[in-house]
Amino acid sequence: MAARAPRPHPLHEPSETELRLMVQQELEAILPWSARLREAIVALGGMVVMFARAVTRAFSRPSSLGATAWQVEALGVRSLSIATLTALFAGLVLSLQFAFFMARFGVQHTVGKVVVLTLFRELGPVLTALTVGARIGSGITAELGSMQVTEQIDAIRALGADPVKKLVTPRLLACMVVMPALTALADVFGLSAGSVVVYTQYEIPFEQYFRSAIETATLMDFGSGIAKSVVFGGIIAVVGCYKGFNVSGGTEGVGRGTTETVAITSVAVCLSDFLLTKLFLAL
Amino acid sequence: MSAPTASDVIIRYDELWKAFGQKKIYEGLTLDVKKGETITVIGGSGTGKSVMLKCLIGLLFPDRGGVWFEGVDVTTLDENHLREVRKKVAMVFQGAALFDSLTVAENIAYPLREHLPELSEDEIAARVAKNLELINLPGIEAMKPSDLSGGMKKRVGLARAIAIEPEVILWDEPTTGLDPISTRIIDDLIVSMSQRLGCTSIVVTHDMDSAFRVSDRIAMLSQRKIVAVGTVDEMQASDHPDVRAFFDARKD
Repeated sequence: MAARAPRPHPLHEPSETELRLMVQQELEAILPWSARLREAIVALGGMVVMFARAVTRAFSRPSSLGATAWQVEALGVRSLSIATLTALFAGLVLSLQFAFFMARFGVQHTVGKVVVLTLFRELGPVLTALTVGARIGSGITAELGSMQVTEQIDAIRALGADPVKKLVTPRLLACMVVMPALTALADVFGLSAGSVVVYTQYEIPFEQYFRSAIETATLMDFGSGIAKSVVFGGIIAVVGCYKGFNVSGGTEGVGRGTTETVAITSVAVCLSDFLLTKLFLAL
Repeated sequence: MSAPTASDVIIRYDELWKAFGQKKIYEGLTLDVKKGETITVIGGSGTGKSVMLKCLIGLLFPDRGGVWFEGVDVTTLDENHLREVRKKVAMVFQGAALFDSLTVAENIAYPLREHLPELSEDEIAARVAKNLELINLPGIEAMKPSDLSGGMKKRVGLARAIAIEPEVILWDEPTTGLDPISTRIIDDLIVSMSQRLGCTSIVVTHDMDSAFRVSDRIAMLSQRKIVAVGTVDEMQASDHPDVRAFFDARKD
């Protein structure tokens, strides 16, 4: 890189050579970003193509149902503890905070209404996606990335099979089934945990808490959270698979891929949550 | 680019050019492989020997040039047509590339289920057992790849590759990292597969002892192209500097 030109005096009119040097330096400063942006766009395009291929392969023979059931067990059932524990503590903290501040206005008996809406619409799907998603997404990248570096994905193709159908489709379908199921479970656990806090701290009976919660929540509140979790499941699976398929650089690359998957899924979940919330509020 | 006209040529690498980023791998690589022969491609590490094999079954594509198999340029084929090529051309990967999550039997049954869905479970089990006999490892159906030694993995990789009775077997560094006894077993298998199945073999290796034992012909990959090709005797008598350097290094 050429030596940096001395900063010109504000009133000094730069010569043509100086101008060219300045533009070149600015371009060099921008280029790494433009290269990164291009990489990001290529990756996004790759993920969209992978999603489309995985969905179309779901309808081709032989059926992916057996492999999907296996993935539901591997990805979903084994995430039960983390999903329920997260929801439990989220419910506890949420109720504690809301009840504390609502008590200032003397309306602590309506805390169930607020907790249920927050959980169903927002915290249930998002917290589950962030915690379970990190676990599932990084696990998928680690597994597929290891297969990539040991040439197992090449072997699938060499043996006449389609790696997208064999590896991506079952994981995508499983994630899109598992995430709403875990979210529904998280809703129930979070709400129940909240009832214990408000009963012990503010002596609000369980019946009153649950009645106000059930009277407030509509099917749309519950359904919007579940719909979000389906999208989150798709994002987690596609990012995890794409990063796994594109691992390079041996075991070090696998480590890098899993870290990137966690970062990308977290950002993508938060971003899509905002867009989906906007969409559902407009409905 | 042109299809091979000689009737005994089954595979032709025709003026192949390939680069990975700035790194040039091939600049006009050309090689004919005759039907039924075992040809060994030798060359230093990182010269692109394995890339040749992967270009033949569409796992990689050259930037320019053609790879002809049975009169068809495989670089022009889509995934559906490549599937037909992969049915006839099997590859034994360097690290065996067995599927960790499946048993030995399920690994060997994998191509059978893909290409021959009409086979019953009993027929698949019988063919798996027959192939394990062929590689002298009977009765290991239930074992997982993680329970096998390096040499056993390569032999199971071979059993999986020959499950659908291919016309061509591609061997990617079959003896690298193996002890002398396992190396000998693999070499014997390469020879016996050619004799029993009558198939063509392309072996990629830098193990010269192995190359001498199994080859009908040897091709030298150097300077991004095939610089010399001939029978074992012809290559040993060759005065090409790259061939001499490779052969003499072995003696040292």
